Amino acid sequence: MNKMSREKQDFKVIGTRVKRPDGIDKVTGRAQYGADLVVPGMLTGAVLRSPHAHAKINAIDTSEAMALPGVKAIVTNADFAALDDEFLLDVADNCLAREKALYHGHAVAAVAAKDAQTAKAALKLIKVDYTPLPHVTDVDDAMESDAPVVQAGRKQENVKGDYSDNVTMYCEFGHGDLDAGFAKADHVIERSFKTAATHQGYIEPHACLASMTSDGKADLWCCTQGQYFVRTLCAGILGMEASQLRVTASEIGGGFGGKTTCFIEPVALALSRKAGRPVKLVMTRDEVFRATGPTVSSSSDVKIGMTKDGRITAAYAALRYQGGAFPCETVAMGAQSAFAAYDLDAVKTEGWNALTNRPKEAAYRAPGAPMAVYAVESVVDELTQHFGLDPLDVRLKNAADAGTLSSYGPTFEAIGLVATLEAAQKHPHYSAPLGENQGRGVSCGFWFNFGGNTCVSLNINDDGTVGITEGNPDIGGSRASISMMAAEELGIPYEQVRTIVADTSSLGYNDVTDGSRVTFAVGLATIEAARDAIKKMCSRVAKIWEIDPDAVIWENGQAKPSGPNAGDFEPMSLAEIAALSSETGGPIAGHYEVNADGAGVSFGVHLADVEVDPETGATKVLRYTAFQDAGKAVHPDYVEGQMQGGSAQGIGWALNEEYIYDDDGMLLNAGFLDYRVPVASDLPSIEPVILEIPNPGHPYGVRGVGETSIVPPLAALSNAVSRAAGVRLHELPMSPPKILKAITSKG
Amino acid sequence: MVQVKLWGNLRDATDGQDVVEVEAGNFKQLLDRLSEKYPGLKPQIERGVSLALDGRIYREAWFTEIQPDSEVVLMPYMKGG
Repeated sequence: MNKMSREKQDFKVIGTRVKRPDGIDKVTGRAQYGADLVVPGMLTGAVLRSPHAHAKINAIDTSEAMALPGVKAIVTNADFAALDDEFLLDVADNCLAREKALYHGHAVAAVAAKDAQTAKAALKLIKVDYTPLPHVTDVDDAMESDAPVVQAGRKQENVKGDYSDNVTMYCEFGHGDLDAGFAKADHVIERSFKTAATHQGYIEPHACLASMTSDGKADLWCCTQGQYFVRTLCAGILGMEASQLRVTASEIGGGFGGKTTCFIEPVALALSRKAGRPVKLVMTRDEVFRATGPTVSSSSDVKIGMTKDGRITAAYAALRYQGGAFPCETVAMGAQSAFAAYDLDAVKTEGWNALTNRPKEAAYRAPGAPMAVYAVESVVDELTQHFGLDPLDVRLKNAADAGTLSSYGPTFEAIGLVATLEAAQKHPHYSAPLGENQGRGVSCGFWFNFGGNTCVSLNINDDGTVGITEGNPDIGGSRASISMMAAEELGIPYEQVRTIVADTSSLGYNDVTDGSRVTFAVGLATIEAARDAIKKMCSRVAKIWEIDPDAVIWENGQAKPSGPNAGDFEPMSLAEIAALSSETGGPIAGHYEVNADGAGVSFGVHLADVEVDPETGATKVLRYTAFQDAGKAVHPDYVEGQMQGGSAQGIGWALNEEYIYDDDGMLLNAGFLDYRVPVASDLPSIEPVILEIPNPGHPYGVRGVGETSIVPPLAALSNAVSRAAGVRLHELPMSPPKILKAITSKG
Repeated sequence: MVQVKLWGNLRDATDGQDVVEVEAGNFKQLLDRLSEKYPGLKPQIERGVSLALDGRIYREAWFTEIQPDSEVVLMPYMKGG
């Protein structure tokens, strides 16, 4: 357990808005992203993808393509190692299809050639003999007992009932007597909802450069959220030892969960192994949409009972998620998150996952939570409308707090939901007047956060500066926050610390940058590494002063005698100690390795004002304010950026974004022209309001902040639209035609 | 003895009980005893679980100590983005 090892309130560096260490590189174009690396002798890779939504692969004939001048290697799934591990096998089969193409765009074979034109020409010469099979893309259809089966034999032991083999898992959470609870209600509302699959929408496509030599050693450069996990997956799929594969993460142009796995990296390595030359593989935007993970789409039923004074008496949700052609358990996260904001005597959530002929789901910011919370918060809002109650009053009346038995099992320790709701209630936004066709929506949101495996080295340089080596790609400002925490602990200026992201051969294992874990877990490890270095520096100084090490303390970046009895010595600064390191025992470094726990859950509350055009059904977001408990905000700019970014993505999810399939299971909108993410002109200035309720599991009280902000926008927007347009939609996205249809139907 | 609260569908493996008791001083012992006493839980434990101890969630941490009066909740393995 990682207790707050030292209460610290008098921060000098933490909480300031220091300069970004990557700012200059990124604005000048000097930052090296996944596709930027070029090496001598490099080949260009390209991937052949299935034109079918579901098809048996009878044979793949590569002979004609291989004979094309300039083609150096062609690989299929047969070039991967024979795998027993089911998880690894799924990743491999998603990278290159094995016996069946499971979705439109599923990779089937790949080519490495002297240039892109040759690679593209070779793809056309690969002959794949397919037998098309019936397909299914809708979650409810996929669960029907007579649905086309995507993969047989993947059902967990927990699935009961007359479902198709596509249903791979079932989960259930809750407590209390639902029937008794609903009997106490003055009104019960039951509604069904649907949400579309949405893509993480990162601007940088997946890209990598693989180089394997004839002795089996390999280097891989790629854009990823976790170079160590890429190593684990690729080494397994290629049948290599982890020590022989060094993975280096490039700068990353967005991930949001979508770069926590592999899509092209094992393919590039297999091509390089076969060709004996480096191979670069870069996805097109079309490929990113077709074959990398969108989030799940969902279908759900929610039933909530409430008394006329706004007390929820019972709550139930049934969640059905599809995560594409491979099993996933994202619905369990949704089922646990659905009612987490509420203190309930009777609550139950059930969840099912179903396979469909769609790309394999990848994590997306708070995976599983936004769609569940959307359905719940919509029904809560409808109940407040029914009784004419204030939406924030109702949420405060039912809010979970320290000591509440959560809907997913544990009793909450200190949480910030009530403070967040109260801040929203007091904010001028909540009382601002609204005009015609305008409405205001409210929603709570919740996410777990976690810590995970973390390893940090902190080196005291002989000039008194500090170098930190950590192992997580910097997605949201972690290099700055890690340097800040080291500077705070060591008592030196932020500018004297530089943090770099290590490759997999330079530092011990680090989990993926996900789960809002890095500022929490790597920060915790950095603080402890700094304390380790301080202990060593105090020990060196004790030797110089010829006193007991316990008689030396560290204050404001200096070693000092602990008191008059320790002796009368001039304090020694970090720089002075560093300069003498050779004479006093050699280099000074601090290290810390941990599997961090105690990340602390996080709550957010969002307010959204919209105007709906009754003639077109178009929604304009007029004002948006996000309130979130950040524990301690290490660098407020970055925290605000996370809150704004999650809000913007949630707004897109609510209003426009969706994967659209035709009757043949073909994805119709694999590009940003047809898959409509919000652009700057679509959004108002999103105001972030940070609340700081310290997390007792971190030395400085830090909580993860990266994911919670995508949870509330879906319902906040839907609730705002329902009040602006006078109609409530039960399906996302709320695109103009859907809103117009609802308005027209109302008459 | 430690009381362990299970999530709903795991009741199928524990004769309908959603709270079970095992002798355990830490998480590893708890998972081992659960698997031994209720073999139906083993597939889920092998797939991965988290544990909440007095409200705080742990994904691994075998050697985290459990007091007899601690609130212990078995949860699915946490995942994030």
